[in-house]
Amino acid sequence: MNIIIVGCGKVGTTLAQQLRQENHDITIIDTDRDKLEAAVGALDVQGVHGNGTSYRVLNEAGLEQADLLIAVTGHDERNMLSCLVARKAAQCHVIARVRDPGYYEDIDFIKDELGLSMVINPEMAAATDMYRLLRIPSALDVDTFDKSHVNMLRFKLEEGSPLIGKNMIEINGMLNGRMLVCIREREGTIVIPYGNTELAAGDIISVIIPTNQLSSVLHQLKMRQRPIRSAMIAGGSSTAEYLSYMLLQSGVDVKIIDWKRARCEELADRLPNAEIVCGDCGDKQLLAEEGLQKTESFVCLTNIDEVNIMLALYAAHISKAKVLTKVSKIEFEEVLDTLSLGSVVHPKNITAETIIRYVRALGNAKGNSAETLYRLAEGKVEAMEFIVQPGSPITGKPIMNLHLKSNLLVCSINRGGKIIAPTGQDTIEVGDIVVIITTQRGIRDLSDIVRS
Amino acid sequence: MNLSMIIYILGCLMEVEAGLMLLPAIVGWGYGEKSALAFLIVAAVEALIGFLIILKKPKDTSFYAKEGFVTTAFSWIILSAVGAIPFSVTGQIPSYVDAFFETVSGFTTTGASILVNVEVLDKCMLFWRSFSHWIGGMGVLVFMMAILPLAGAGGQKLYLMRAESPGPSVDKLSPKIQDTAIWLYGIYLALTVLCFILLLAGGMDWFTSICMSFGAAGTGGFSVLASGYASYSYYSKVVATVFMMLFGVNFNFYYLVITKRIKDALKMEEVRWYAAVYFFAVITILINLWHVGMLGHDALGIDAFFSVASVMTTTGYATADFNLWPTYSRIILVIIMFSGACAGSTGGGIKISRMIILIKSVNKELRRMIQPRAVRHVRLDNKKVEHATAMNTLAYLAVFVLIYVISLLIVATDGFDTTTTFTAIAATFNNIGPGLGMVGPVGNYSEFSVLSKLVLSFDMLAGRLEIYPLLFLIMPSTWRRA
Repeated sequence: MNIIIVGCGKVGTTLAQQLRQENHDITIIDTDRDKLEAAVGALDVQGVHGNGTSYRVLNEAGLEQADLLIAVTGHDERNMLSCLVARKAAQCHVIARVRDPGYYEDIDFIKDELGLSMVINPEMAAATDMYRLLRIPSALDVDTFDKSHVNMLRFKLEEGSPLIGKNMIEINGMLNGRMLVCIREREGTIVIPYGNTELAAGDIISVIIPTNQLSSVLHQLKMRQRPIRSAMIAGGSSTAEYLSYMLLQSGVDVKIIDWKRARCEELADRLPNAEIVCGDCGDKQLLAEEGLQKTESFVCLTNIDEVNIMLALYAAHISKAKVLTKVSKIEFEEVLDTLSLGSVVHPKNITAETIIRYVRALGNAKGNSAETLYRLAEGKVEAMEFIVQPGSPITGKPIMNLHLKSNLLVCSINRGGKIIAPTGQDTIEVGDIVVIITTQRGIRDLSDIVRS
Repeated sequence: MNLSMIIYILGCLMEVEAGLMLLPAIVGWGYGEKSALAFLIVAAVEALIGFLIILKKPKDTSFYAKEGFVTTAFSWIILSAVGAIPFSVTGQIPSYVDAFFETVSGFTTTGASILVNVEVLDKCMLFWRSFSHWIGGMGVLVFMMAILPLAGAGGQKLYLMRAESPGPSVDKLSPKIQDTAIWLYGIYLALTVLCFILLLAGGMDWFTSICMSFGAAGTGGFSVLASGYASYSYYSKVVATVFMMLFGVNFNFYYLVITKRIKDALKMEEVRWYAAVYFFAVITILINLWHVGMLGHDALGIDAFFSVASVMTTTGYATADFNLWPTYSRIILVIIMFSGACAGSTGGGIKISRMIILIKSVNKELRRMIQPRAVRHVRLDNKKVEHATAMNTLAYLAVFVLIYVISLLIVATDGFDTTTTFTAIAATFNNIGPGLGMVGPVGNYSEFSVLSKLVLSFDMLAGRLEIYPLLFLIMPSTWRRA
């Protein structure tokens, strides 16, 4: 597919890189020649220098042949204008990043009137992710599949967990097949486990649990399952605003600390039920005074990654709160994972995932295409959800007879609302919603999961 | 410096060259020549070595501009060093240095020869000489990128292409570099085939047509007769003139034409200047020849059209011994030796676009001296030329002159006359082939000493790769650890 990306910032570059890996033709437009030069040098993409809202520049970038335009500059207005121009000049799909909460109120109107195929708001997406994490505080990551009928939890095995020393068959017996271990991460190596893979303390595992079994399974695993009741948020960014809104709706006490008076006033106006504190969140005394030690969760949402990381380390050190950290820019993920930062959320990755999911669906109109996509374990593992269409070649046979590709696992089957944790004897039928997980690349269609 | 990645790419290159060597082997087999066996053996050994290298893929695939330049330089040296072996082991060109010179001359599309009489060579050897022009014209690494899905995310390919393709700023035609490479080779192949068919239709035999098409396409200039191009028909000369000029045009031009942006194509400043310089040179030479009464036996002036096209595109085919022309005509030829063809073509020389940028930069600097506060930009194709690009072009000219002078000093020790020495370097550094004096269209390079031949070989490679890759290869800072 021919894809034009307007804006060569962190999201633009991440998108270009990941879409290029999916073998699309990418052209990036930016006004900053140095940034463009760096992106073109590092990735196999084309760069066009200029203003992405200009018809001439868009044309130079090959608008006529483009299938999709993604506008991710730092300015909402420019993004919308780029999309408008592209939409009027060429009948391509357009995706805009719109992040101002002010515009977000009218987003449906804007979407319809400008003919946007999709509006993406990284701050909102990050907030949703964090909200989900606060609902299940013992997990490092929570993703949902199948319209939230299935949860994927990622957590670290602490000493004393009943799972330690058990292999997959034993775990299956212990939990009556209500949970399936999908990924085991140990010292940087990633394994998709099979029957006699054993777990040890310190492993980070990702598991699939049906939503209606969640609390009983967590109980059996001796994990904390009660949602948090109070949240302290450092930094009054728009992510903080979205997150607070969601938390307040579900009755959580929210306290936001920001050092800018004007922003505090604004937040107090928009979030009347939240407590807004104007002060420096780097001030130990202030944090103690506002009750860092008593809060059940601490969310680092300032606009500076370094500050977020320091705050998270400090909070994890002095309190038992569930700590969440937003990292927007810093790329040293390998190192971040070794720090006790609690759960780390990367808004640019969430944005890229969402857009790639859309692009895959566009490129694969024939059905069986991935409905949901997550990249897990630093992007080395993909989890995908498919709806099985009539005529699929893999239906009706027991999974053990299907000759699945290696490093690939069928994690969950939803048949008419009933969630099955599949074993070798189960079959896949038309209409099922299937979740698979794999380290293989290039799975676009459900029929790709079997060896050809 | 990621040496393991460089060696890996060199391994791929060896596989490609081994594959390409099968063609002359087939030709030689068709003519029943024993020397064809040499190609098969060399190809087999090279393929084996290459295979052993690429067996293990390097873990660290990081690849930056530095690696790109060094890989390109090594690639071309290996290409020539291995390509020379069949000439020397079969005794067709007994001295390995001579064979190396001849092969470098082939791959760099120079066309300078150390052979006194090419007609004694076997057909497969003649074919390999001409075929090397065709490979070198568009670049072997570009070819590799077109056919092989090279390892890594892709940045490395851009660095390789930038290092190998001529011109002050190399742009991709399409977002993916592999597509760009396929486009370039597609256009190249189509034009070559067209040239071949037209030559064949004019009554040339198929072997000569192929070799001559390769020579014109790569703007090389090796021919299969000692008399060069003089003995062929009038029609063949016209076809060759047209195609030499076509291959000297920036390939972006054809891309724009194919993608139906003919208006943009015709507006390309470089192509316009290219045409203007060509016709200016032809017309003034015609007047000059007419003035001294040398036009008589060639009423339509095809020799002037042909020679100017041949020298300007840096091909180096000859229909007439322009060494005998009057001084003005000879000086014009020497000048267009340096201007060369368009950037992004198969031609050599300094390149028209660099000349335009240089002249415009000089103009800008001069005007700044009398009007210091004025803000001006150098513009090309109605786009601002970045200051860095203009500076780079000036630096290129400076390095060019420097290397020229050093080469001149070394080659001068052979003691030939000034014209010969000066134009020998001009003709090799600009990848033309024939110069004036002893190395004129009817002469050759066999008299030079071994040292001079190596210096001229270096100049040919430096000219084809636009100096920097070879320069970085010998610069100590490239090899420093940090």
